[in-house]
Amino acid sequence: MSAPAGPTEVADEPLDSSELALNLPLVESILLGFISNETTRVGFDKVVVGMSGGVDSSLVAALAAKALGPENVIGVSMPYRASNPASLADAQLVAEKFEIPLRVVEITPQVDAYFERFPDADNQRRGNKMARERMTILYDVSLAETALVLGTSNKTELLLGYSTIFGDSASALNPIGDLYKSQVWQLSSHVGIPDQVIGKAPSADLWEGQSDESELGYRYAAVDRLLFHLVDRRVAVDELVDMGHDPAFVEAVLQRVRTNQYKRRPPIIAKVSLRTIDREFRYPRDWGV
Amino acid sequence: MAMELDDARLEPLLEASRRIDLVLGMVVKSADFRYYNAAVYLAEGEVRHVHRKVYLPTYGMFDESRYFAAGDRVRTFDRHGFGVGALVCEDAWHLSAPYLLFVQGVSLMLCISSSPGRGVLANPEADLSPGSAHSWEDLLRTVAEYTASYVVYCNRVGYEDGVNFWGGSAVLAPDGSTVAEAGAEEGMLFADIDLREVERQRLNTPLLRDEKVEFTLRELERVWNERTGGPY
Repeated sequence: MSAPAGPTEVADEPLDSSELALNLPLVESILLGFISNETTRVGFDKVVVGMSGGVDSSLVAALAAKALGPENVIGVSMPYRASNPASLADAQLVAEKFEIPLRVVEITPQVDAYFERFPDADNQRRGNKMARERMTILYDVSLAETALVLGTSNKTELLLGYSTIFGDSASALNPIGDLYKSQVWQLSSHVGIPDQVIGKAPSADLWEGQSDESELGYRYAAVDRLLFHLVDRRVAVDELVDMGHDPAFVEAVLQRVRTNQYKRRPPIIAKVSLRTIDREFRYPRDWGV
Repeated sequence: MAMELDDARLEPLLEASRRIDLVLGMVVKSADFRYYNAAVYLAEGEVRHVHRKVYLPTYGMFDESRYFAAGDRVRTFDRHGFGVGALVCEDAWHLSAPYLLFVQGVSLMLCISSSPGRGVLANPEADLSPGSAHSWEDLLRTVAEYTASYVVYCNRVGYEDGVNFWGGSAVLAPDGSTVAEAGAEEGMLFADIDLREVERQRLNTPLLRDEKVEFTLRELERVWNERTGGPY
């Protein structure tokens, strides 16, 4: 079994991703059980997913529809005026295919109202603000509809810190956070996400022409393979270089993974008592349900 | 949740054990306030056996030594002619625990576990079991065959904090074959076991008869002395 190639636009030097090939029916069955069990055990029937039209959120929405029934999934697309119209069209395509009711909530008014006061803000500030506005909308729908917010960050993004803290990284449950981007592509193909969604160049679509791979500076296939060796296989740095990974690339990625650790952990609490939350007071999240 | 074995909350289970023997996984609190991860065997309204988990996994996703005291013995007891012994999860992964039951003449080995499913890369079998399930299946089959005992395995199902438990409870015969097998869902599993099967297997392959306990002991003593005898 071999992994499907990444996006065609950047597939200039095909890399062997077969090491990351998944037992797809097994992963699908674990994730469907995860969504349904972790949703219903806390008293919810429904989930809400921000559907960007990208492959990650399309996969999460499709899995949720299979796990809970599409009538229990609320898809929300939240375009900004500069968003690529093709993104919304792709979200609609996926919603139609999996019969997920999709709402469109434009974020332009709330984002522009804010930046009218700070017109000099750069792309990154604007992008972060958009991601956080979307988060507030999803959590508003969560309360209004009694629906849990599903996360759509994959393992590559989480490790590289390629997300906005308290923005797109915020969720109640994340079904795909232990899958690398290459594995998200494999599973998406397996569950029937349309090819045009899987095949397009990944983009956060926070500003015109943004591309994950040009922003990160490396291709997903390469970085996934490196992260798989580094994290999953615990291969040491000198061994990684012996295996053919470029030393500068290894160092840059490792640095990025370390620097972004803060995004993967709850905020640091100043310890003063004998029993501090998450230090000595360490119950599972599912404690009591 | 931890309780001493005379806790009144065990009464309904003790009552139920008048009709059918029960094996429980529970946290046993000792009178001196140590908490043990334990398998408890109830029969005819009383506690017949307690096995306190010896090997507490504290690595990777596991954190047991943080909370539990470790048991320091494995014992068998008689039930309807079977030599019965119990193990808790990680105990079965250390050769010493099933070996010590073996040399005490175990013929019915009970193993309870909360084994998390992990390992989902493509493999030639491509079935719906994670890598951890394949490891357990190999292990239990081996233990059954090489101790010529029945192995009754009960594993958790469901999810907690994103961790899945793969089920796969099973009864294995003394020749390593599967008598009964459950899937990934909660359910009831029935199996007949027969002491004569243990005898037949031990006639065919007399591993217990030929086991050299004194040899093992002597060599272990030598290894232990070599490991601990030199300068520290």
